[in-house]
Parts: sequence; structure tokens; C-alpha cells
Amino acid sequence: MERMAQLDVRSKLAILADAAKYDASCASSGTSKRKSDKGGKGLGSTEGMGICHAYAPDGRCISLLKILLTNSCIFDCHYCINRKSSNVRRARFTPEEVVDLTLSFYRRNYIEGLFLSSGIIASSNYTMEQIVRVAKLLREEHDFRGYIHLKTIPDADPELVHQAGLYADRVSINVELPTVAGLTRLAPEKSAPQIEGAMQDVRTAIDDGTDAKKRYKSAPRYAPAGQSTQMIVGADAATDGDIIGRAAGLYGRFNLRRVYYSAFSPIPDASAVLPLQRPPLMREHRLYQSDWLMRFYDYQPGEVAAAADATTGMLPLDIDPKLAWALKFRDRFPVDVNRAPREALLRVPGLGVKAVDAILATRRWRRLRLADVTRLTASVAKVRPFLIAEDWRPVTLADKAELRPLVAPKREQLELFAA
Amino acid sequence: MRVVSLADEDDFEGWRDAARALVQARVPASELVWQVGDAPVDLFGDEAVLAPAAPAPFRVSRAFVDLAQTAILHADPQRFALLYTLLTGLIDQPKRIEDRADPLVRRLEEMAKAVRRDVHKMRAFVRFRETEADGGTRFVAWFEPEHHIVRANARFFVDRFTNMRWSILTPELSLHWDGDTLQEGPPATKADAPEGDPIEEVWKTYYASIFNPARLKTGAMLKEMPRKYWKNMPETALVKDLIAGARARETAMVETAQATPAGSNSQAAWAALRDEAMHCTRCHLYQHATQTVFGEGPVDARLMFVGEQPGDQEDLAGKPFVGPAGQMFDRAVTQAGIDRRTVYVTNAVKHFKFEPRGKRRIHSKPDAGEISACRWWYEQERLIVRPEMTVALGATAARQMLGKTVTISRERGRAIDLPDGGRGWITIHPSFLLRMPDKSRVEDEFAAFVEDLKGAAASLR
Repeated sequence: MERMAQLDVRSKLAILADAAKYDASCASSGTSKRKSDKGGKGLGSTEGMGICHAYAPDGRCISLLKILLTNSCIFDCHYCINRKSSNVRRARFTPEEVVDLTLSFYRRNYIEGLFLSSGIIASSNYTMEQIVRVAKLLREEHDFRGYIHLKTIPDADPELVHQAGLYADRVSINVELPTVAGLTRLAPEKSAPQIEGAMQDVRTAIDDGTDAKKRYKSAPRYAPAGQSTQMIVGADAATDGDIIGRAAGLYGRFNLRRVYYSAFSPIPDASAVLPLQRPPLMREHRLYQSDWLMRFYDYQPGEVAAAADATTGMLPLDIDPKLAWALKFRDRFPVDVNRAPREALLRVPGLGVKAVDAILATRRWRRLRLADVTRLTASVAKVRPFLIAEDWRPVTLADKAELRPLVAPKREQLELFAA
Repeated sequence: MRVVSLADEDDFEGWRDAARALVQARVPASELVWQVGDAPVDLFGDEAVLAPAAPAPFRVSRAFVDLAQTAILHADPQRFALLYTLLTGLIDQPKRIEDRADPLVRRLEEMAKAVRRDVHKMRAFVRFRETEADGGTRFVAWFEPEHHIVRANARFFVDRFTNMRWSILTPELSLHWDGDTLQEGPPATKADAPEGDPIEEVWKTYYASIFNPARLKTGAMLKEMPRKYWKNMPETALVKDLIAGARARETAMVETAQATPAGSNSQAAWAALRDEAMHCTRCHLYQHATQTVFGEGPVDARLMFVGEQPGDQEDLAGKPFVGPAGQMFDRAVTQAGIDRRTVYVTNAVKHFKFEPRGKRRIHSKPDAGEISACRWWYEQERLIVRPEMTVALGATAARQMLGKTVTISRERGRAIDLPDGGRGWITIHPSFLLRMPDKSRVEDEFAAFVEDLKGAAASLR
């Protein structure tokens, strides 16, 4: 503790940002609209859409000041760099230091707000109190109107978790691993029922808040940007099919805004229980794509899982899951751009939601030719085999062996969904 | 040719008023030259003399107004003329604006999209520096947008930083907010902005620390943060070194972990892994097998043997190498002078695959998908045991070890370097000896098998 006290804020920031970087989420979107009023001391605003103020060379968006209050922890979760038995340097911010950092970064337009998490010190309740205190200072002392995301601690007093939701735009609890067996092995002190129980509590509080808001305009907002969670991919034996199923269950039961996937990556001073090899980053990318198919393209979880290999349960790495699904269910194609319903158009590989809406708008008053589709999509070569247009009918679709090399991308795609 | 002069690059109202009068007079787009300010662009042009507005014969949809308001901020000098061309087209075809595949609509939408992106990037990438000026604190930023968006974007900064005093300086104009009113100033230069801010060093510390060197994706970074914005963002000065150091940092992490002696918790790690494997459903084989048959032996073994899959007896006992082939294996190992208690034995596939025939369960060879589904366990076992030498017994094990199909007769009997640092050795599976039709050759083959095992053990030193 002696040395810890001597660390200046910048050295602490280096330690406590480094310790926070394994959380994938940095989203600042989906909250209510706010702005500052003249004459007060209010600072900040939020729009529906989040803003990424910078990007790191790992391709991830930097939207929030993402830090831990402390990286000391009484737990010994093997996948975690901050576990009790790890040799990393420890540091601890005071709530006031976090508030100062947040405000000085925000005033310079570096960030949208704060994402605060913490190792567990003393007790879960004590730690949760400290986290809530930071949010309370920001909102009440400084009238901060920017975005706040708080990580809650599963076994903390529900009243504290409730307070967190009153100050925060978003709250989250990480399920950590897709399988219970994996959680037992890698985070022996955490319990799946406890984590899910806490998520259920948050869901109830959010639902109650929405309900109260409908009846009383003055009712306080409770976590207007909802709750999210994160799973580590590649540290346990879960297949992509298992992960998709788990995510679908979580979305359904807890009404989550987002499930984040974080490909397990090597950490300094790793525990011997942990695999040393990381899964390909493309695997994480394919899971995000499958997540999008469920959230924006009306795929059922079972349908996304059907895009995975039947024996191994793994999604192909070389092509995206939408294309994999289309190649597997060829009888659903070709789709006629001039007649097909929206749901069928959304299944065409290479047609995004915007392109589909543009097609629907255009065809209200004339029939589309292939040249029209070309103007609306990034790659007509990818779409063509699956479409019928006024002047186009595909011929290669019947022959599976020939089609894949035609439509599969030559190079690795960029990560599009880095949040 | 008529010249229409607009007050500013982003003068939407001026364009709208002129366009409204011109389109009502049915002036074709080809007769107009649009310009900003009074500078003559066409010496032979006449000022557009507009007829007094006729009673509104034609209305335009909200969608067009929205498109025009945004696209007019684009840097392309042709934008005024393109919008006017589309507007005249809407006289006869009011629905054309909904034809999203129409080339002109498309082009203007692309322009609007570029403008929206620039607006968003300005909100993201403006960096204020704190200064002390005329008796108070002021936050000043220098920004160079691609399109004419500064005025249109002012509201965002006013709403967000209402109670701060700030200025945004750009090459086209400056914005100054004093907490109450927004004022416009003349174009500025970078030299007008403050040179630094001590907090920038703290921000750079954050940027460097939040970056995960184990997942380098510079393409994704460049897509969202193109180089053209870098010059006014202090943190981008670090990018080059962060990328250069990333690979080294990741390699160091993995090496440190590998160099860590098979420590105090590898026995616990192995037990936890085995417990997790008991619930494995990575492929369908778990549905009919009795249980997962995990590997067995000391976790610091120098020699690891990999078989094909558990058989009928292993499936019931939950232990590898206890059936007839296992007994054959034990005999060969002993003859090769290897202490069976010092080696780790496991299988490439950890559930029994069989076809029921009457009351018997007949062994069935695992396919490529099943082998690949089980690879995860094989790799995790190897990460804990870290054997110096891995002996693959038969084709399935060889496939698991090398990740590809090989011919046993061609590869057997010599050390092969493995990608994870250890070495491998390929030989037959003991069940091959049990199934040989020509019993006279069994003795020779057994001797060759023992020779292989001896060779593998000898190359340990």
C-alpha cells in the first residue's frame, strides 16, 4: 500500500486502463438524448448514436474512459490478468481522481463518458459502493450529462445495484464464459446462477423503470441504454453453435442490448490453467456477424447455428455466416429483387439492411435491373448468383462446388463490428 | 448563360430561394452557372434575373429538402448544379427522389453520406486545448474538415459544452462560444491555435494503455480513423511505435508463460480441464458413448502417447488403453524399456464411436470433423503437459498431431519438429497388430513397433 500511495494519477491510469482493456465494450449508444442547459454548470450531451473519439491499432473504438477503480482483487479467476495470484502491479484510484480524469478528458472532447469497473476489494458491497460513489459525484456534484457505463458486481446488495442504474446509462454484468463447465474451471469463485440472478434483477429494474416512465413523466430513468454482457471466446470448450445458443438465451431472458464477444488473448503472467494459444480473431468476428444476423436480419438462433459445420459446431472462418447459410440452403435462392418480400431479400449474401430498403423504395415505381442493384451494393459479384433481376438470371447456383470460390472473399475481411 | 451567386459555400437558403424561382420559370439546368461570392467564373455570363415568383405550381417532397440540405455542404463545386438538375427532373417525375437506384439520386446520396461522415468525424476528432485568455479559461481547437460542415455542426458543440468558453478554428471560418452566444470569426490558421495542453500527455498514456498488443488490426483502425485526420490528434503520434512493439510484446507474453516451470497448479489445471471435458458436447459422439475418456498420467511427463479413440472397454472403464490394444501397448512399452508409469497416454478423439451390431458395439473410425472437434482437448492437454516427445499411434493420432493426413509407412520412425516446440514421432496403432490377417507377420511387426518406441524414447536425451 505504501508504494501505491506514491503513484501519481498518470502512472495509475497506465495500470488501471491496461487492466480494463480486456472488456470489449466501449459503446456509448442507445441512451436518451440529453444536453447541457445555459447558465448552470452542466457538462455534456448524449445523442442516440455513440461517438468513437479515436481508434487504437487493435481496431477497437475508444469512446469512453474505460478504467478500473482498482485492479486488486480477492478473486482468482484464471483468465483474468487482475486475479489474486497474478504478479501485475496494483493501483487504486480514489473516486475523486476518476471524476477529475473523466471531466478533464470530456472537456477536451476526447471521450463520450466513463466506463467504470473494478476488481473486488474488501467485499462486494464495499466495491460496489465505491463504483456508485463515482457516478453519484459526476451526476450530482458536477451535473455531468455524458455517458456512464457501470459494471455491477453479481453478489453486491441489490439496493446498490439499483442505485448504479439510476446514475448510469448502461449497466453490465459479464457472464464471462459460454459454458457452466468453463466457468467452473476458469472462475471457480463465480457462480452462473448468481450472475444470471443479478442480470434478472437488472432486467426487472429496467422494465419497472420503463413502466413507471410511461405513467409518470417525473419517474427517474433507469439505465436508459439497457444492460449488456460479455463472453470470452476460445478459453473453454464451447463451439460456435454453443455460443450462439447461449447468446440467444441471454438476449431473450434478460432483454440484453448487446452480447460482446472477446477472443481470449494472451495476458502477461498467465495462469497455467489458461490456454496459451489464442483463437483466431476471425472467430470473434464471425460470432459478431452471427449476432447481427439475429438482431437485424431476422435469423432465428437455430438458423444461424445451422450455418455452422454439423460435426464440429464451428462457423466457417473463410466466409461469413450469412454466405455459409445461403450456400447450405440453396433452395431458398435465387430471390427476385422485384417481387421477393423483405425477409427473403435480407437473406441474400451481400445485401445489407440499407440496400434492401433502397430496393423496396425503388421498386414501388419501377422494376430493377442488375445495374440498379450494382449501384446499391458494394459488390455485385457476391450478390449476383443469388438474385433474379429484370435482365438477370443466375446460372451457377445449381453447382455447389463451383459457387463457393466465386463468392468467397479472397482476402481476410476487416473487423467491421469492433465496438 | 446565367450566373447565380450564393453568399457562402454552405448557403442552403440562398440556393433554395434561387432554385425555387428558377425552376418555377422553367430555366433549364444547362443555362445556369452557380458560384460562391462575387468572383466572376464565366465572363460571358449574365446575372440571373429572376421573374417574380409565379403562384407555386409545384411542390417538392421533404426527402428532397433533406437531401439537398446535407449534400449542399459537400466540397464538390458541382453540387449546386446537380441538385438543381434533380430538382428540375422532379417537375415531371416527382417520385424520382424515391428511386434510390437512379444514378443522379445515388450520386447526391453518396455526397450526403460523405458529408454526414465528415460531420460525425468532426464531432469525434476535434481536440480542445485549454488556454488562459482575457481573464478566463477558454478551450480552443484547430480542425480541418473535408466539407463545408463547420457552421452546420456548431449546434452539437454548443449543446455539449454550453457552460464552457470555447473556439473552433478552421481554414474556412472560426466559431467562438462565450457561454451565451455563438459568434463567427474569419478563417484561421493552425498557428492561431494553442500549441499544447498538459492533459494531452495523460490522454496519450490512456491511449497507449488501452491498446491490446495481442490483437493488432491496423486495417480496422485506418478504416474508421483515416490518416487525413491524424495531424490534429495528439494520440496518433504513438501509433507507429505501438504497432512496432506489439508483436514483440505478445511474443514475450507467450514465452514467459511457456518458460514458467510446470508449476504448482498444473495438476489442478489438468484436473479442472478433465472435469470440463466430462461435459463435452463439441461433436455428436457424446450422445451414445458412456463417458468422456480423458488422458492419464503424470502432468510433467516427457513422453506423451496419443491413440485413436477409446474402445468398448475404455468407454466403460473411463480409462484409456485398458482393452486388448491397450494390453498390447503395455507389452510393447515394457519391452522398449519405458516405465509405463512415467508417460502420459491419451486419445485423439475422447468419446467411443461405434456401430451396434446385435449386442456388440463395433469400433468405427472417427471422421475428419470429429477429429477436428476434439482437437481443442488435445491441444489443452499438450499445453499443460508440454511433452518433449509426442508419439502418435496410427493415422488418426498422426492427423491430430500434424493437422493433416499422412502415410504412416512413409513418416514412421523418425523425429518430426512440431510447431509448438516439442517433437513428434509416428508409428502404428497397436490394434493394427490385433487385426493382421497374416498371423505369421505379427511377430515382425510387433518387433518393429517396439523399435519405434525405443527410438522415440532414445531421442528424448
